Amino acid sequence: MSGAPLIRFDNLTLGYDRHPAVHHLSGDIAPGSLLAVVGPNGAGKSTLLKSLVGTLSPLEGAVHTGNLARVDIAYLPQAAQIDRSFPMSVFDLVAAGAWGTAGLFGGFRRKQLAVIHEALTALGLAGFENRTIGALSGGQLQRVLFARLLVQDARLILLDEPFTAIDGKTAADLLAIVKRWHGEQRTVIAVLHDMDVVRKHFPQTLLLAREAIAWGPTHAALSADNLLRARRMIEAHDPRAEPCAHAA
Amino acid sequence: MTRARNPARTRPDTVIADYLISPFAEFAFMRRALVGSFALAIAGGPIGVFLMLRRMSLVGDAMAHAILPGVAVGYLIAGLSLGPMTLGGLVAGFAVALLAGGVARVSVIKEDASLAAFYLISLALGVTIVSLRGSNVDLLHVLFGSVLALGDEAMILVAGISTLTLAALALIYRPLVLDTVDPGFLRSVSRAGPAVHMIFLALVVLNLVGGFNALGTLLAVGLMMLPAASSRFWSADISVMIPLSAALGMLACYSGLLASYHLNLAAGPSIVLAAGAIYIISLLAGQAAGLLWRLLPKAHVSR
Repeated sequence: MSGAPLIRFDNLTLGYDRHPAVHHLSGDIAPGSLLAVVGPNGAGKSTLLKSLVGTLSPLEGAVHTGNLARVDIAYLPQAAQIDRSFPMSVFDLVAAGAWGTAGLFGGFRRKQLAVIHEALTALGLAGFENRTIGALSGGQLQRVLFARLLVQDARLILLDEPFTAIDGKTAADLLAIVKRWHGEQRTVIAVLHDMDVVRKHFPQTLLLAREAIAWGPTHAALSADNLLRARRMIEAHDPRAEPCAHAA
Repeated sequence: MTRARNPARTRPDTVIADYLISPFAEFAFMRRALVGSFALAIAGGPIGVFLMLRRMSLVGDAMAHAILPGVAVGYLIAGLSLGPMTLGGLVAGFAVALLAGGVARVSVIKEDASLAAFYLISLALGVTIVSLRGSNVDLLHVLFGSVLALGDEAMILVAGISTLTLAALALIYRPLVLDTVDPGFLRSVSRAGPAVHMIFLALVVLNLVGGFNALGTLLAVGLMMLPAASSRFWSADISVMIPLSAALGMLACYSGLLASYHLNLAAGPSIVLAAGAIYIISLLAGQAAGLLWRLLPKAHVSR
């Protein structure tokens, strides 16, 4: 964990309609980190990921992602945002991961097709290629989205609640993929709710409750004291408060 | 009918062929109507498929109303002439689409409510302008079109719009699909999302303006939405639904024109009614999602 950070948050304040959801966050993420972002509902976890994807501009401060290009970042949105009634095959949704290299019109080269099939196999989806996405269970859809992340082959992987509402077997399989990425020196940042999973598998944790309550080694960040402070922070929040009560 | 002039042509098969083909073989205006409405159907179906999948089925209807004041202003300035009316329709359609989208972005109103507000204003304005001058016959032309009186100009316009639409759809196909299925993912890999949405809305307006001359503003939407909705009952794969919607639209044009000829019905509405009949049949018997198949006992394990 030495050398230049992959990501640097510099006094970052994020929000919607001028109401901040994340306050004055500063800190570094080293390349190859496996970082869990946890915190109560409304703590700004998903918002933070969006700022890394580049779809949300900071109200104040900045996110520095240095030399990361768009194709270096793979993002898994919350599953609920996907229109599962769309008449599209599993193969096509996974193939969308090759967008960055295939471009707007390009056909898929043999190598890309091989990558797509490999990804489907790695997630136990061989034979599902021609199913429509509407016919999948929640766990199967999440496997498909992980296959798409594999195809994207990115240096930074952002996961928004990847293990929510799926069965234990699927969660274990997907966690194995996350660990594989970690072993390959990719940087993984995951928004998670299950503290047991975080404690067991994620070395680093950012406990977020609009501001960073704790950030560091997981066992220290998730102390009972810190968790209580995080909960109080959200409960005490007044939505009609001044845009930024906690002046810089 | 009276066309059985030659006694040799009264064999049953030739009677049927006569019934199905001769209206088009004998009358140039029927051939023109067929080709012009085919051009509309070929582009309208695919546009309709995307409208439906993007949960914008009623947007087509709203936009069809929204183009009216532009068409009316064109009519007021230049009379019943294609160029100015088309241009006016395009301007009004784009204005409403941009205003509705813009207001939704900067205010608390969502895009559907914003669009409803602007199209109602636009429609009322359009009817007022039409009523300033001209008889009800002219208004009927604007509203219900004149598929049986397509001039060269109109044919070229409709064919041009159709060609442009298919080319543009092919161009934006991937981002448009992704923007519909998984907009969060598209935003993470590309900035094309909003631009693609606007291009798509422009294509909707273009096709409605193309359709108003043939079918009228009110019925142009029918050839867009009915074949598209029908296609979903036959396939759960968008790459099949797109050509299928165009084919079903063409079938509606042919059978609608045939019915209008033999039964002496208004051509525009009869095309849309034919599309409606195809929709009802698809709804019941479509092999992918038709209702009748649910009544049949199914194999326990099926894919």
